[in-house]
Amino acid sequence: MEIKGRVWILDDDDINTDVIYPGKYTYEMFSNEEMAKHALEDFDPGFASKVREGDIVIAGKNFGCGSSREQAVTCLKYAGVGAIVAASYARLYYRNAINQALYVIECPEASGYARAHREEISGSEATLDPEKGSMTLGGREFRFPPMTGKAREIFAAGGLAEYTRKKLEQQ
Amino acid sequence: MGATMIEKILARASGNVDVKVGDIVFARPHMILSHDNSAAILKIFEGLGGKKVWDHDRIFIALDHAVPPPDDKKANNHKMIREFVRKNKIENFFDCGCGICHQVLPEEGLVEPGTVIFGSDSHTTTHGALGAAGIPIGRTETASVWALGETWLKVPPTIKFVLNGELRDGVVAKDVILYIIGQVTADGATYKAVEFHGPVVEKMGVGGRLTLCNMAAEMGAKAGMVPFDDITSEFLKGRLAGKYEPLNPDDDAEYESILEIDCSMIGPQVALPHKVDNVVAAADIEDTRIDVALLGTCTNGRLEDLHQAALILKGKKIADGVRLLVYPASRAILSEANRDGTSSILLEAGAQIAIPACGPCLGAYGGVLAPGENCVSTANRNFKGRMGCKEDTGVYLASPATVAASAIEGRIVSPYA
Repeated sequence: MEIKGRVWILDDDDINTDVIYPGKYTYEMFSNEEMAKHALEDFDPGFASKVREGDIVIAGKNFGCGSSREQAVTCLKYAGVGAIVAASYARLYYRNAINQALYVIECPEASGYARAHREEISGSEATLDPEKGSMTLGGREFRFPPMTGKAREIFAAGGLAEYTRKKLEQQ
Repeated sequence: MGATMIEKILARASGNVDVKVGDIVFARPHMILSHDNSAAILKIFEGLGGKKVWDHDRIFIALDHAVPPPDDKKANNHKMIREFVRKNKIENFFDCGCGICHQVLPEEGLVEPGTVIFGSDSHTTTHGALGAAGIPIGRTETASVWALGETWLKVPPTIKFVLNGELRDGVVAKDVILYIIGQVTADGATYKAVEFHGPVVEKMGVGGRLTLCNMAAEMGAKAGMVPFDDITSEFLKGRLAGKYEPLNPDDDAEYESILEIDCSMIGPQVALPHKVDNVVAAADIEDTRIDVALLGTCTNGRLEDLHQAALILKGKKIADGVRLLVYPASRAILSEANRDGTSSILLEAGAQIAIPACGPCLGAYGGVLAPGENCVSTANRNFKGRMGCKEDTGVYLASPATVAASAIEGRIVSPYA
């Protein structure tokens, strides 16, 4: 499956779950669509209203550090984000993204290139093939290792909820 | 070649003889913890087709984030949780006012050395202080564990910290861990386990160890652990009934790296906004004005933390305009602070003592900052907007002593010159 979308560059390292999805909303029982309206609210307040289906978010290292809050994944997924590309991820964020079946690509080269050429690449169209492990960004191609093992199995099931449902049915 | 703590604990929790770094295992927890987010988790659980939980004795829920509920929606979340708890016969349920999940779990003897503790909270790493592996997971994953009783984990490499030297007077575990995070940075232990060793840890009480392991999360660690010893054993006496088998690392365990820290040169530390690894000496930022001083949370809301603050606040008054918020980590702690006179000292200094809970730390409930305000806090995170307002606010993380001394002056000061 190829993902094609405009590029959003979040030009920072250590972008934490509080700025992706503020703590004051974490104990509100919001629908996925309501969560999407608050995506990246404390980082880029304009993001949620402008992001479009399939857009690709690019960030620096340790993306999603901080809280275990899964809504920091859900809000981006339901805002339409097709994939996140970062130099690296916080462990819990990466796990939550697999469990929610949102593509989280670890590619320090693409992240570094996008941030170094922010002006020209921001808003441009990029394509990404998670299965092949390739990405085209600003006319250049980048490679990354495709998902393997347990993570891939859970992702392929449509996320951990689906994966668990199937396991329960088999019991 | 010997094994690290996490290798031994994950081998036992997954029914393997031994495991090595990189192996994928299915681990079964001794306990799985959640809090107010149990309302969302139980909805996911029911959506999975979950009829009953896999083992009602291994599920722990404490209400601590929005306590007592500030509005009808949160009150209804709590109500849903109580109904779920009743229906599933979950006995380890701690209602509003009992305390913060990461304090109540160890206090109630529910952390068993040598086991895995899962938790739907990033600070589940705390429980490594008792020789367990506290591993944080997300909400969907918690619902899945409620249903299946296990989840998959990759066996991580381990960083061993050896804390050498002797702590200076007034320097506590919080200063040490802030210093370490400043050195290794916010992703210094991502995907890794960390173990804390050395003479400083060997002399440190369980309270300090809980603080170290709590903040291991802030360097990205999957688990933070202290080997089991007499201090652990003493703490567990009268709390943990029955036999347990601790798992300590082998002398020839293979570590990814071993970092020796000379703790004798560490003074009071402060993490500046908006990153936890932005750490400086408290003495270097003494002109920073503060409006709120927060004493408490899962990091530093224990009796010894209140004692440290009381030692400084005794007979003194906090500065005009400063609000000193005290959130003891559990009812047992508050009760003891009332009995031993600590509460009176804090109140006479001008503190507001709240119900045991953790709301202000993350802007969930209470203690919200106004635009332009600063807070010096014993909590574990200082992200932008963390305390409910992002307009020109700053959260400065420090020890209970630094928070108390700063409350008196209305600006950040080092508690011990």
